[in-house]
Amino acid sequence: MAGAAPQGASRSEIYRGNGGRLMLPVWVFIGIFLVLPVLLMAIYSVLTKEFRGGVIWDFTLAAYDQFFLNRGLFGDEPPTVEWTYIGIFWRSIWQAGLATVFCLLIGFPTAWFIATRDPRSRSVWLFLITIPYWVNLLIRTVSMKFLIRDTGPLNEFLLWTGVISEPLSLINTNFAVQLGLFYSYLPFMVLPIYAAVERYDFSLSEAAADLYADSWTTLRLIILPVVKPGIVAGCILVFVPSLGAFLAPDLLGGAKTFMIGSLIEEQFKGAAGNWPFGAAAAMILLSIVMGVLLIHARAQTRGDG
Amino acid sequence: MKTFLTTTALALGLATAAAAEGELKIYHWFEYIPQELLDKFAAEYDVKVTMDTFDSNEALLAALKAGKMGSYDVAVPGDYMVKIMGDEGMLDTFTPDEMPNLGNIQDQWMDVDFDPGRKSSIPYQWGSTSFSVNTEVYTGPLDSLGLIFDPPEELKGKINVLDTSGETLTLASLYAGIPQCTSDRTQLKALNDLVQAAKPYWASFGSDVAKDVLVSGDAAAGMIWSGFSAKARAEGAPIQYVFPKEGMIVWMDNVVLLKDAPNRDNALKFMNFLLEPENAAAVTNYAAYTSGVKGVEEFLLPEIANSPESNPPADVKGVFVQACPEEVQVMYDAIWTNLKK
Repeated sequence: MAGAAPQGASRSEIYRGNGGRLMLPVWVFIGIFLVLPVLLMAIYSVLTKEFRGGVIWDFTLAAYDQFFLNRGLFGDEPPTVEWTYIGIFWRSIWQAGLATVFCLLIGFPTAWFIATRDPRSRSVWLFLITIPYWVNLLIRTVSMKFLIRDTGPLNEFLLWTGVISEPLSLINTNFAVQLGLFYSYLPFMVLPIYAAVERYDFSLSEAAADLYADSWTTLRLIILPVVKPGIVAGCILVFVPSLGAFLAPDLLGGAKTFMIGSLIEEQFKGAAGNWPFGAAAAMILLSIVMGVLLIHARAQTRGDG
Repeated sequence: MKTFLTTTALALGLATAAAAEGELKIYHWFEYIPQELLDKFAAEYDVKVTMDTFDSNEALLAALKAGKMGSYDVAVPGDYMVKIMGDEGMLDTFTPDEMPNLGNIQDQWMDVDFDPGRKSSIPYQWGSTSFSVNTEVYTGPLDSLGLIFDPPEELKGKINVLDTSGETLTLASLYAGIPQCTSDRTQLKALNDLVQAAKPYWASFGSDVAKDVLVSGDAAAGMIWSGFSAKARAEGAPIQYVFPKEGMIVWMDNVVLLKDAPNRDNALKFMNFLLEPENAAAVTNYAAYTSGVKGVEEFLLPEIANSPESNPPADVKGVFVQACPEEVQVMYDAIWTNLKK
């Protein structure tokens, strides 16, 4: 029986045997769009910078040195730990983490609400969730700015009702940045959780109730573990783009402080023109994200096994 | 029937575009040329014109360095950037025969130090960079950069500064009386301290929003380019453009012929076209800066020709931004990063 899989071969072995050529497009895709750009970035990060952008093909770790070591404004003091860039990274991670928490707090009940409607109205609710996202992100962020500015409708309304007597200063604050991130990425939280909740077998809740579990216990011990993959996927989908976001910090936060995204942008587009440093910062960001994903992947495998 | 007509019109439009003599690819600042002028050029020379925009001289340089050379015919860098691009070998030269209207350039802008004798560039517009103040919010004297760097109570927390280190740090240097591109440690330290102390009073950093924040009232004072301020005023912002006693930045944007321009002939036609007084005036009427071309006066709108932003008092000091050498630029970069960390 030439060509047939030997008895007892697992499915993955069959794919490995015959599927090599079929997998070619995938490998080409990954090669061109993932490996090559990352490799290029890694190489640029260890090259010598050319003044006003560009690189000289000499190996150096100067970019990483600049990231981690502080040699003073004039570059001749004994090196100490450089907190500037670590601080910028930490601020971005904190902002992204906070946005993820807010998205989860609002996204989970929203997803639950939609998934527990009858099937016909479900699609209407999902449709409503996605409508704003047909509009470009930049336009939506600018609109948010119009809404919350000192002379915007929100403040005008609150002044009119007499709740406040002075306009609330919302624009150019961290609150505005959070609002922007939350609004930009909420559906990335709602949709995966919805998919998980929709598959949830509600007889499990009934069984829990029969066994005298109160609703909190049911949520904690039955529902959350079952929909966890959806929650984790949602958190990653919100956290990762928030980490590199620069529209919300720039337009709503007033660009007063660098975020990871704008720091890297400045190296390529700004007066600094330091491409190796930009590449190094991007590599460090990539390592952090990879680290988070690896921890998650490992936790998943352990959970399954 | 209506659909049929529209479709036919579309098809004809496409056919015309495809039949155009050639193409012209422009790399330009945002909001700086009226569409009608591009259309006029396209119609007059039967050329299909496309334009991309940038928002700072540095962004222009970065894009060209990152592989855009050879995809644009002309770009519009500021004075010091013309010098940098020339030194980097990014500019092509033309002969006076190739530019019949070269004689239209005003004498003062002909032999400029960033392109002596105008071999690669022609003047586009010139103006100044300073700041504007909302006179409903602040009623005191408008004469000093101190309103931005050591602001009075009314303006604290309501100031927008330009999000480019070159302009913001140069204005700060003028205020502190520090020469540009200094490598003197005490002076650099003082510059660093000055901007650090001023930052808590600033609401935002933004260049492309510099006009909008003044019109909307998000900012009560903001660094801004002269013509952009005139536009903000025309849009209803109750502001006044300030000519500070410490001095301000003067700049000139120039249309340059890029090396490896895919449509060199059309690029030359376009540059020559922009040296016609009527066309130069059309740009000025749109952008509210000042042209470097002779004979534009009769085509200018009176409110543009007489705008306070374009007519500084005779005694105000204007300086061009200098391109610093590498070892000095690193320190200015460090001050900027330190400011935004």
